[in-house]
Amino acid sequence: MSDTSVLEIKKVSKRFGGLRALKQVDFHLRRGEVHALVGENGAGKSTLMKIFGGVHTRDEGSVRFRGEEVHFHNPNQSMDAGIAIIYQELSTLPSMTVIENLFMGRMPTRHGILDWKRLHRESRAALALVGLERVDPRTTMDKLSIAQRQLVEIAKALTKDASVVVMDEPNSSLSPMESERLFSVIEELKQKEISIIYVSHKLDEVIRIADRITVLRDGEYVGTIDKAEASEDKLIQMMVGRQLNRDHVTRKPGTETLLEAKNISGKGFHDVSFDVRKGEILCFAGLMGAGRSETLRAIIGAPPLHSGTLLWEGRPVRFKSPTQALKNGIAMLQEDRKRQSLFMGLPIAFNMQIGALSSFKRGGIVDFNAATSMVRDYVHKLDIKLASIWHPVRSLSGGNQQKTILARWLAVHPKMLILDEPTHGVDVGAKAEIYNLIRSLADEGMAIVLISSELPEVLAMADRVVVMHEGTVEAVLSRSDGLSEESIMRYASGAARRGEAS
Amino acid sequence: MSATTVEYAEVPLFRRLLQRREAGVLGALIVLFLFMTFKSEYFLTEKNIFNVLRNMSTITIMAIGMTMIIVTGGIDLSIGATLALTSMLTARLMFQPGSIGGGGTFLTGFSPWLAVPAGLLAGVAIGLIIGLIITKLDVNPFITTLGMMSIARGMTYLTATGIKGAVAANIPVRNAFVQYIGIGKIGPVPIQVVIMLVMVILFSLFIHYTVLGRQVYAVGSNAEAARLSGVNVDLVKTFVYTLTGFLCALAGLINAGLVATAVTNAGVGAEMDVIAAVIIGGTSLSGGEGTIVGAVIGAAIMAVLKNAFVLLHLPIYLQTVSIGLVIILAVAIDGYRRRRAAA
Repeated sequence: MSDTSVLEIKKVSKRFGGLRALKQVDFHLRRGEVHALVGENGAGKSTLMKIFGGVHTRDEGSVRFRGEEVHFHNPNQSMDAGIAIIYQELSTLPSMTVIENLFMGRMPTRHGILDWKRLHRESRAALALVGLERVDPRTTMDKLSIAQRQLVEIAKALTKDASVVVMDEPNSSLSPMESERLFSVIEELKQKEISIIYVSHKLDEVIRIADRITVLRDGEYVGTIDKAEASEDKLIQMMVGRQLNRDHVTRKPGTETLLEAKNISGKGFHDVSFDVRKGEILCFAGLMGAGRSETLRAIIGAPPLHSGTLLWEGRPVRFKSPTQALKNGIAMLQEDRKRQSLFMGLPIAFNMQIGALSSFKRGGIVDFNAATSMVRDYVHKLDIKLASIWHPVRSLSGGNQQKTILARWLAVHPKMLILDEPTHGVDVGAKAEIYNLIRSLADEGMAIVLISSELPEVLAMADRVVVMHEGTVEAVLSRSDGLSEESIMRYASGAARRGEAS
Repeated sequence: MSATTVEYAEVPLFRRLLQRREAGVLGALIVLFLFMTFKSEYFLTEKNIFNVLRNMSTITIMAIGMTMIIVTGGIDLSIGATLALTSMLTARLMFQPGSIGGGGTFLTGFSPWLAVPAGLLAGVAIGLIIGLIITKLDVNPFITTLGMMSIARGMTYLTATGIKGAVAANIPVRNAFVQYIGIGKIGPVPIQVVIMLVMVILFSLFIHYTVLGRQVYAVGSNAEAARLSGVNVDLVKTFVYTLTGFLCALAGLINAGLVATAVTNAGVGAEMDVIAAVIIGGTSLSGGEGTIVGAVIGAAIMAVLKNAFVLLHLPIYLQTVSIGLVIILAVAIDGYRRRRAAA
């Protein structure tokens, strides 16, 4: 690793109206290093990245790129300078082809005419870099899975011949195998003397791949440490300023069966059997595309099951729509917050009330005072950090948005709550709060079905684990079976079925 | 997982064409065409076919621009009024004072070599103003162009009557060149049909083979992602409205030449016909998807339907009803197809 400085940020500050996003932040990037940037949501990581991406301009301080003071005023300028940024929110063009997503903004032309042959060829090469050689670059983006889209975004940054690549939560929806692929891509970039800024909430990975780690908290610079001195506990302490307990809490789940699925099949899964008990936390583990979300969505009727038996409180049922499932006491928090849950431009209060609004009816008229005090109750109970419940939900951080949706479903008082990746893109502090909340809900007797791709999360939360692989159940493991990441992975990867030793 | 649908494989050209969104409406057009060929011996004659093509030419020319606008996620309600204003301006500039019609002598008696470009330029200017209002003042396209519709229509009357404000009047167009554009022919092919075909081919290529053309789709697909990719979103939006303004002026010139008059109520309701053609052709009102070829097919379906009601001696107002049904049906079928594809 060379000691040459690529990017040097000194005492940069940024305010948005009354909100201070960054205060006197320092950041120093060397050539060919992987430099992780960690901090809770709202710590200022995204703002900092948008400053060297040219999306925001700084209020004060200095940004030196390759030794020269720079002021980027739009994304084009930083791109031309050689900084490629992969933004956290998937910023894809859904109805356009993979080719166009890769090259939009800098498509090669000959005499003003687009060179489609060359675009096609270069797209295939770019996709091969991230292990997507089997994807047709002429496919439209919306036909790809979220993981595939994320890999396309990464491929896009790689094709820019950048000297600095910034990755904001690049693997938040990648499976362990796909993440490995990403890490080897990062390793290759490092060999080429390219510097990488890696923003992530997965601290174990950060420690594994980063050479140095810089921590931000509340818009302020906390410190930079070398890989050698980093540990998860130390980072968490730097990030939140206190220590968090991430171990499993022994609980006493109920024994009464609430939901029983026998050989159910639908789109993306087949012959799935399992049961959910009152007051238990049942985790669904498996790789991306194993059919976990599909199975649980089909149970609530979105879209309905094709075949099989479903018993709800002992009675055979078949929910034709989420509305029907909700009436029977099953609520589901969807995986994709932005697309499937939130009304981004509408107030936080509206987003919370929409599920339970009919329960506030008084003679056909909604009692808004009661509905509003419900909102205030949940804001208090879930410790949602906001300026006003009338602000658009867009103004909240990821963790607080997720709590808002949780409140929406808690307000309908479900008997069973299905949570699909509830801590996806949520910072460490909010994560711990969500875990505590889930546990206390289960303690009160609510059945919790938790779909999670993070094995530490599964191990911390689960009373029992349903492991799925290629659309069907591989194993149902309970605490007494001695849960471990290895045992779950063996079933999730299909190695157990093939009889391989792990 | 959806991986099976995206795996790399050569799909035969014919299959690929069938999968396109325009395939359905094209099928409907062919069925309609065959039905009319058997039903009326006059339908498939050179004269009638060119008649149909001529009747759809101004709608199609404007639909080229409207397709691009709707693909960016916008809408333009002012196109009919822009058509009227630009042709009225050209007619007034060329008008020889002393002959019958028109009001006042202010801004009259210019050469057609100045009047015709002035009309086209006025179309560009109106489109540019709309684009700037939408992008710089951040006014919703529906509102902006609803306002512009009223402004341009009012200006049309003002241009027709003059500053003094006589009774609203049409202005005759006696210029041979403008009349040639409206009624002239190359061999058997009306000039306006030639203009339509040239524009359709030119802009279909433009939208597929140029950076700006592809950026039109990027803006409609996800404006924020486009911006972060380095696309100048404001420029793209301003461009599509400006281009549409020009195409409206071109359609206005053809219209004025055809009837040898600039009419104050020319193009009233044209925006609805044009939007209908674009929608029937499979362009999504939510942006990001749609093709010019689709809009041409949409315009053709409407033109053949109108022709059919005349040839078959059916009650004339039924054609208006039928076009309404076609719009709803086309979108409903497209929605059904999408849900099937998604399931």
